Amino acid sequence: MESRFVRIAVRLGAGFTMAFLYVPLVVVVIYAFNKSVSGAWPPQLFTLKWFHVAWQDSNLHTALWTSIVAAICATCIALLLGTLASFAVHRFSFFGRDAVSFILVLPIALPGIVTALALSSAVESSRTSIGLTFGLAAIILGHATFCVVVVYNNVIARLRRTPGSLTEASMDLGGDGPTTFRRVTLPNMRTALIAGALLAFGLSFDEIVVTKYLAGTVLTLPLWIYGNIQRAFNRPIVNVVALVVLVLSMIPIYIAQRLTGTAQGITSAEAEAEEAGPG
Amino acid sequence: MATTSVAPSGARRPFTRRASAFLFRHRGVQLTFTLGPTLSWMVVIYLFSLVVLLISSFWTLNPLTAQVEHTWSLKNYQTILHGSVYWRVTLRTVLLAAAVTVTDVLLAFPLSYYAARMASPRVRNALLFAVVMPLWANYLVKVFAWKTMLAGGGPLDAFLGIFGWHPAVGTSIYAVWLTLSYIWLPYVILPILAAFERVPFSYLEASSDLGARSGRTFRKIVMPLVMPGVVAASIFSFSLTLGDYLAVSLVGKTLLLGNLIDQLAGGTANNKPLAAALAMIPLVIMAIYLLVARALHAFEAL
Repeated sequence: MESRFVRIAVRLGAGFTMAFLYVPLVVVVIYAFNKSVSGAWPPQLFTLKWFHVAWQDSNLHTALWTSIVAAICATCIALLLGTLASFAVHRFSFFGRDAVSFILVLPIALPGIVTALALSSAVESSRTSIGLTFGLAAIILGHATFCVVVVYNNVIARLRRTPGSLTEASMDLGGDGPTTFRRVTLPNMRTALIAGALLAFGLSFDEIVVTKYLAGTVLTLPLWIYGNIQRAFNRPIVNVVALVVLVLSMIPIYIAQRLTGTAQGITSAEAEAEEAGPG
Repeated sequence: MATTSVAPSGARRPFTRRASAFLFRHRGVQLTFTLGPTLSWMVVIYLFSLVVLLISSFWTLNPLTAQVEHTWSLKNYQTILHGSVYWRVTLRTVLLAAAVTVTDVLLAFPLSYYAARMASPRVRNALLFAVVMPLWANYLVKVFAWKTMLAGGGPLDAFLGIFGWHPAVGTSIYAVWLTLSYIWLPYVILPILAAFERVPFSYLEASSDLGARSGRTFRKIVMPLVMPGVVAASIFSFSLTLGDYLAVSLVGKTLLLGNLIDQLAGGTANNKPLAAALAMIPLVIMAIYLLVARALHAFEAL
């Protein structure tokens, strides 16, 4: 239906956009093996030296470990809260039901500096009352808050696709509430739960915008990168760490996308189409 | 049958049975247990934080003692209203957010059109997947990628040099524009792609049967139908640009709302109350934006 000219133009435009998305990432991969400290293009000699240098940095080990611990804790909280909320929204109708997903996406949808400054002000003001200080606990609380939405989206999308007849059949066959949950509902939810957890993990592992305001003196992997990104001398090591972080966080995300069979952003189109907004 | 097969845990079973029967009869209790924790978490942690931010914007910093004074005053808001620098920075940031949004929408259109209308289902899925992976890639890695790309003598210089073009992008606002357009692009593509996929094929056929050429069909049929998707997409690029404080200072030197708030909140200024008051600007802009988006039915396309 489109003219030949239009078809060619669309193809070229689509190709340009894909190139724009991937060329910078490919550049990071190439430079990680660059022997020279300078960033001149094209790199002349390649080496694995910088991987070795990065491997021996003890600050990096601590930072990596902190990031993993924070991401695991935030994921567990998000998994619990996101699943509970999705069951509530799916099963009951109540006043303000449409607003639930809106509230959950707010920490991600609002400007980053606002969320960061708000959470840091809250930690500061609660220091005297409940003794919460900047550090790992504050990071976990903050991360969990915006990880809830990805778990919620995954689980509610699955709940909507699951026919109610399965639960009814289980009940008819004599399964009580807990049995039905354990033998029917949970197995059915399994991949959605795993995918939600992996996405939440990836989100937390990579987070810097809010983390920078909550970390105090604690160092996470993104904070380490932030601290060294400005130093031209450290560029080769930052580049190696960047490549490792890229690969490490892409693995869980890749598995999550395969498990759900849908490519999803932070607000999964599938879940949001029926759900989002108080409109 | 169920009861005989679970005989070993029979001692516990009556209780869980009774509990689930109780929950089944009392849906309110069930709702409290499922929705309660999440809602309290969001209210106690997130909404409370926003309220604290709002309250602290009415406090002031004593310039002599460098202590925050917990007395109500509109001083910070007066400072912002009377300081032309805040107006200029706000205007610049909004213009940048608009430029980033337009760039991303323009980049998203051909790809979305191709994926939704021209590609085979296999290619379409592969493309969708290829768009989503960079969305989840580490934010700082993406910033670092652009620092590398934009460095003097780096890949972009070398590439444009082939055409004899040597724009000094360096750390100018164009560097910030390129970097932010790059980072938010996947967020923009997804809603627009979804919108293109919802355009019924038959409408385009009808339009061309009635004699419209492709340009006219695009303007009169496709554009109005994908517009909610475009507005939904722009919520992300706009909000994320307004609130960005890291990329803007890592690749550029331009003062924007995000890094201005960041500088005020920490470092030598350490004027948290003024930073909190200034943070109300992006918050209010986004609130208005969301209300308009809602009126345009963009939430259904999010």
